Amino acid sequence: MTDQTTAAHPGPGLAGTARKGPGPTPRDLAARAASRDAADTHSGPAQPGATAAPGAPAERSRGDQGSRHDAPHRADPAPRSEPAPAAGTRMTGASALVRALEQLGVDVVFGIPGGAILPLYDPLFDSPSVRHILVRHEQGAGHAATGYAQVTGRPGVCMATSGPGATNLVTPLSDAYMDSVPVVAITGQVPSSLIGTDGFQEADISGITLPVTKHNFLVTKAEDIARTVAEAFHVASTGRPGPVLVDVAKDALQAETEFRWPPVFDLPGYHPVTRPHSRQVREAARLIAGASRPVLYVGGGVIKAGASPELLELAELTGIPVVTTLMARGGFPGSHRQNLGMPGMHGTVAAVGALQKSDLLITLGARFDDRVTGKLDSFAPGAAVVHADIDPAEISKNRRADVPIVGDCREVITELIAAVTAEFEAGHRTDLAAWWSQLDALRNTYPLGYDQPEDGSLAPQYVIERIGQIAGPDAIYVAGVGQHQMWAAQFISHERPGHWLNSGGAGTMGYAVPAAMGAKVADQAACVWAIDGDGCFQMTNQELATCAVEGIPVKIAIINNGNLGMVRQWQTLFYNERYSNTDLDRVARTYDEALSHEQPPPRRDPAASGGTRIPDFVKLAEAYGCVGLRCEDAASVDAVIEQAMKINDRPVVVDFIVHRDAMVWPMVAAGTSNDDIIVARNMAPDWDVTE
Amino acid sequence: MNRHTLSVLVENKPGVLVRIAGLFSRRGFNIDSLAVGPTEHPEISRMTIVVDCADHPLEQVTKQLNKLINVLKIVELEPTASVQRELLLIKVRADLESRSRVLETVTLFRAKVVDVAQDAVTVEATGNRDKLDALIRVLEPFGIKELVQSGMVALGRGGRSITDRALRPVDRVAERSGAGAAP
Repeated sequence: MTDQTTAAHPGPGLAGTARKGPGPTPRDLAARAASRDAADTHSGPAQPGATAAPGAPAERSRGDQGSRHDAPHRADPAPRSEPAPAAGTRMTGASALVRALEQLGVDVVFGIPGGAILPLYDPLFDSPSVRHILVRHEQGAGHAATGYAQVTGRPGVCMATSGPGATNLVTPLSDAYMDSVPVVAITGQVPSSLIGTDGFQEADISGITLPVTKHNFLVTKAEDIARTVAEAFHVASTGRPGPVLVDVAKDALQAETEFRWPPVFDLPGYHPVTRPHSRQVREAARLIAGASRPVLYVGGGVIKAGASPELLELAELTGIPVVTTLMARGGFPGSHRQNLGMPGMHGTVAAVGALQKSDLLITLGARFDDRVTGKLDSFAPGAAVVHADIDPAEISKNRRADVPIVGDCREVITELIAAVTAEFEAGHRTDLAAWWSQLDALRNTYPLGYDQPEDGSLAPQYVIERIGQIAGPDAIYVAGVGQHQMWAAQFISHERPGHWLNSGGAGTMGYAVPAAMGAKVADQAACVWAIDGDGCFQMTNQELATCAVEGIPVKIAIINNGNLGMVRQWQTLFYNERYSNTDLDRVARTYDEALSHEQPPPRRDPAASGGTRIPDFVKLAEAYGCVGLRCEDAASVDAVIEQAMKINDRPVVVDFIVHRDAMVWPMVAAGTSNDDIIVARNMAPDWDVTE
Repeated sequence: MNRHTLSVLVENKPGVLVRIAGLFSRRGFNIDSLAVGPTEHPEISRMTIVVDCADHPLEQVTKQLNKLINVLKIVELEPTASVQRELLLIKVRADLESRSRVLETVTLFRAKVVDVAQDAVTVEATGNRDKLDALIRVLEPFGIKELVQSGMVALGRGGRSITDRALRPVDRVAERSGAGAAP
């Protein structure tokens, strides 16, 4: 049971599907160590009593450092060519930590050194397989690790020193926690004798991250380091993935210990269930066969399980309509006939209507988030619920499940296919023609769309749509948070899993640039486009320096409307157009000017057509060693995008100056019912429309 | 009355208590009382938590507790199938004229006097919540100077123990509801 069964999954290896799976089990680690020991003539007991100095060449074969990033990392990486050190090699805790990372197959970590973690950086300097990317803010390291994990399915690793370095990781850890992304954060800590004494750069990061990590560890003894790091990777990547923090005291890094690999886990309370209960699956199949208005409500869990091929098979077998949440875009092809689009607050009328009118929700790897359900007591009022999730706590948390199924989505869907096929063969099947006719009427009458701005300025939706069309479904799209994020979810056709990254649960502004960096490092061959807002961009744009220096040629499209767009939209709709503190370019040089609410607000450069001009994003990009381009009208959009597509030796930032008052439609206002969706200002759909 | 008693076996490691308390706090679960102490296994501690399930179903509480890596096993102890006890120390005003009546009450409840002063006595009583509530009510007219209650501890009746099977992945409360089962 548990992780042993999922370890037996073959890596996908299917074109375009990322490898999703749990981290190595102790059995895997032992197998890897054994095969390495057998194969490599360099391995052998180190001179007894000698510490393995970082530069000991006889023990470590210097791998081909140039080629390891050439191949895309989506397929299961071959076992490391370095040998496992013979059991019982003596070394410092810091070296043991680096060795553990190497044995776990880590190829990149993002971090910033500091006093408490300094002992770790010395052996890291010589690692033949772990590349450290020096970022410019620890938050960037955390989001980069997240982006890396979301592309590869393997844990992303970030590092920071104690105190403020560690606390700078809290936001990205919290973000990874909300979106269930496997991240391992390693932080330095003051020497154990100083813990609790308000030492220099001391912070109780274990206490601080208790609510925002799946688990965390404080290590004060060198002999615990290797085992704890392995446990951290195991916890992060099995069951419901999540961030794990390992806080290591400085004296533990400096003390000597014996390195033993593979370690024996000490996690008696951790037993994730991945195998679904067959009785539950059969019951679900029975409901599916009998439902006349079923919907497949697909969430991020399907992507994490690598279950897209199985989902496609199930959907085509049953002919049931599919809605994909914000975190599941690309888990089911956007262009597929059965895909109704995204449900929820800014979902399509067809998707929202399908959920509201359905008599059976087949929920796979989704959690009935409030953005999807709207007011819970009026959500899908007539629907029975089959809820399959790997986390039993999500089942019946927000909506009671009639058929709860705890398990990994891939295993669940595989079994469902068999069970539903059995039901169909026994003659139990319900005709869905009437249901589809109702849904087709909705999607044909209320398709996604946008208006061209009356003042001739650029429509942001058009920009995003063109980027998606020109870069294509093989590119990786990373969004910030806000209006541009919603448009990127809506107007780009997401065809493959692992090609759409965003911050869904936490909605962290500033996610895009560092996450794009992590994504590009994870898949060097892919074209990575970050679609960011002018507000979000300013929160983490320092990582452009990292990208330029380290050779990470991402492309950033700034959807520059000069405002905090989503907040402005709410102020337009619900606060009487009183734009309190959402204008990023408003002139206010004196105290009195700041307090006045002159409309329209004076602009810094009256000749400029809009958008934030401080900073000048083109000049900023160039200052950061990137190419900066600007686009201000619809006619040049294609040419600018093509120009950006051709630059692949350094990052490109494109400043798209767009219409200030573009709105995201449709919209289900917070706290209202899905039935009250608005398709345009003061316009509700007619649910009974027929073709 | 929506109170449920959970007996939770946890790893005896630093920080486990704060993890559980933090979980209850951020999820908005109401703790009526919480008592924790060692068990017959040195690596395992036992927590007895009385949860007021007015706002959240018990199932959600136990599932969230199970997610904590340091939690080994959770069992609900129903009042009829378990022995539930709390300890109460109560300092009652008892001057010369009321002392005998106080002592009479104490004897009726089979409680003990553990301290005597000029104008007060300290009474020690153990029992379930109802018995202790009754004792407090009866002593109130005399004047309660201060009191302290320990929080409930409980063990299931009968011969079985939940501790010795705790280190194996056995059934958990949540799975009885059919949410999933370990093969």
